[in-house]
Amino acid sequence: MRGHRYLLNKIGWAFFTIVFVILLNFFLFRVLPGDPARAGLRDPRLTVEAIEAIRARFGLDKPVINCFETLNPLRLGSCRVNPLQTQFFIYVGNLLRGELGISYHTNRPVAHMLVERLWNTVLLVGAGQVLSIFIGITLGIIAAWKARTTIDYTALVGSLMAWSLPTFWLGIILLFIGSRQLGLPIAGKVTPGGNFANMWEEWLDIGRHLILPTLTFTIVFVGEYMLIMRSTVLDVLSEDYILTAKAKGLSTFQILKDHALRNSMLPMVTIIALNLGFTVAGAIQIETVFSWPGLGQSIFEAVGRRDYPMLQGAFLLIAVSVILANLIADLLYSYLDPRVRAS
Amino acid sequence: MTVQIKVTSIGGFWETFRHSGIGVVGLIMVVIAMGLAVFAPWIAPYNPKTPVRVSIEDIYARPSSEHWLGTDDAGKDVLSNFIFGARVSLTVGFFASFISIVIGGMIGIVAGFYGGKIENLLMRLTDIMLVIPDLPLAVVLVALTKPSLLNIIFVIGILGWTGTARLVRSQTLSVKERKFVLRARAIGAGNLYIIRRHILPLVLPLMVANTVLVISLAILNESTLSFLGLSDPTTLSWGQMLNFAFTRGGMSAGAWWALVTPGFGIVWVVLGCTLLGHGLEQILNPRLEAHHLSVGAEMVARPTGPDGGWAREGEST
Repeated sequence: MRGHRYLLNKIGWAFFTIVFVILLNFFLFRVLPGDPARAGLRDPRLTVEAIEAIRARFGLDKPVINCFETLNPLRLGSCRVNPLQTQFFIYVGNLLRGELGISYHTNRPVAHMLVERLWNTVLLVGAGQVLSIFIGITLGIIAAWKARTTIDYTALVGSLMAWSLPTFWLGIILLFIGSRQLGLPIAGKVTPGGNFANMWEEWLDIGRHLILPTLTFTIVFVGEYMLIMRSTVLDVLSEDYILTAKAKGLSTFQILKDHALRNSMLPMVTIIALNLGFTVAGAIQIETVFSWPGLGQSIFEAVGRRDYPMLQGAFLLIAVSVILANLIADLLYSYLDPRVRAS
Repeated sequence: MTVQIKVTSIGGFWETFRHSGIGVVGLIMVVIAMGLAVFAPWIAPYNPKTPVRVSIEDIYARPSSEHWLGTDDAGKDVLSNFIFGARVSLTVGFFASFISIVIGGMIGIVAGFYGGKIENLLMRLTDIMLVIPDLPLAVVLVALTKPSLLNIIFVIGILGWTGTARLVRSQTLSVKERKFVLRARAIGAGNLYIIRRHILPLVLPLMVANTVLVISLAILNESTLSFLGLSDPTTLSWGQMLNFAFTRGGMSAGAWWALVTPGFGIVWVVLGCTLLGHGLEQILNPRLEAHHLSVGAEMVARPTGPDGGWAREGEST
């Protein structure tokens, strides 16, 4: 019974956070200046009809929400309007139907453009995450086992340096070296105009394009995972059951594999989930540098083109994905460690 | 694990700090960067603000005796831009982290000290802020407002307080239960008095160590936003230099000097702050560094190294 309450609690909070993000997303884009559709309305050369037409096209002729004609608190509107005819509920209704508006730049639905890009980001982030988690955990165990030795200090300083690297700068340097010395492709996901005999060749081409972005991703995140794994394993290795295992005559490898690794993996699950926000930040930078057609690049492009529906949609999709991924990690954690549910 | 603060006087603190290798290295790195920023007009060979007449050879010119680190896309001296760029990065770092620390410190102390509903509410807010990815939100905020230095400082500041709030809260929780706080309460001291006189002095050292780490994060964020083209084009920061070099043909011109130099500055400052922060943390929050597998074949129930955490805790209690 308690387990159910834990699950409901977690799901409830994820839901609440998503609602918060939707509110934030709606009001930020209306409170802050900068949207060309709104800024353009102040152009004195526009005729009254033109202004009305623009307002109707973007739904700005309707009140923002009950009691608020605009978001100016000094100019309140009528509270007796049909809530379904307000900008806020029209926005929420569109969201529920999966509509995120029309891109100013391409005039295509934002949702369609984002779905195409979501999978590219998942491919890039997935490849990078798997590699960096695997290498980070291995290095972390070794560093903790050899604590306070040259190996440990080298790994420690190395990961601090990797942590200090701006992701985009590392990407630029790897791109510079990779494209000039190794002849790797400099941008995009597939060779433009490439004619592929079969699926296999196409994937090979995508793989070649993936090498540099994935390498950047791995270098940036490996340090962090290593540091966290090291400190968790250090804590575990000081526990009394390690002494017991040692007294039983288990080999160091056995202790590390069966006792240290297993017990340190639990905190790692949470850390990896919490880290997803940073992962997204990394993806934005890496996709920008390597012109990888993912969500991160679409944020970068949307800013440059003042394409606000696209920016709004991309932010919402990224935020909701991270919240859901966190929820999954929480549920996974409670499955792996039943003590969490009981407390 | 309870946090024990052993160093109380400034002199004692310095004495301990001197022996932490990475802390001193970090401090030296940060001081050099600050020196560069403060004395930029005297160190830099050229003034980036003075207009120059450029010919085609001056654009992305290779390093020479005239321009030690070559020139950028506008024919300006990269070394001088780099030295002046330290000013922007450090300014953003200091002011943004100041905002973060003040917000995080206040939320942490209030949540930890008052507990109950207030704590629940504040920590839930912290959790929500923690889950929403920072960089996309910062991009949205800066894109919707005017991209100026002040806005960037403000946005980075109001997004960077979550870690501090959690740290300060847990420290407040442990300090709150100390005997002298209970005694102060018993003789009728008010909440504000207790926070000011008893909680804050014991939370502050950890906050200082945390500040240094927050500064490094703020500098990284500033450079990222600038690189993404979200800074005032007239302020010259390291991220801005990279944005210009990357988007204006530095890559195809093979101008490694314009692409490597600014990033080196960012790494230098961020690494310096990180090392300094870790050095401070080691003193204020000593962790156990010796464990059962590090003592070889011996069976030691309580591992005590030369610097082992347990040994020092034993001495102080």
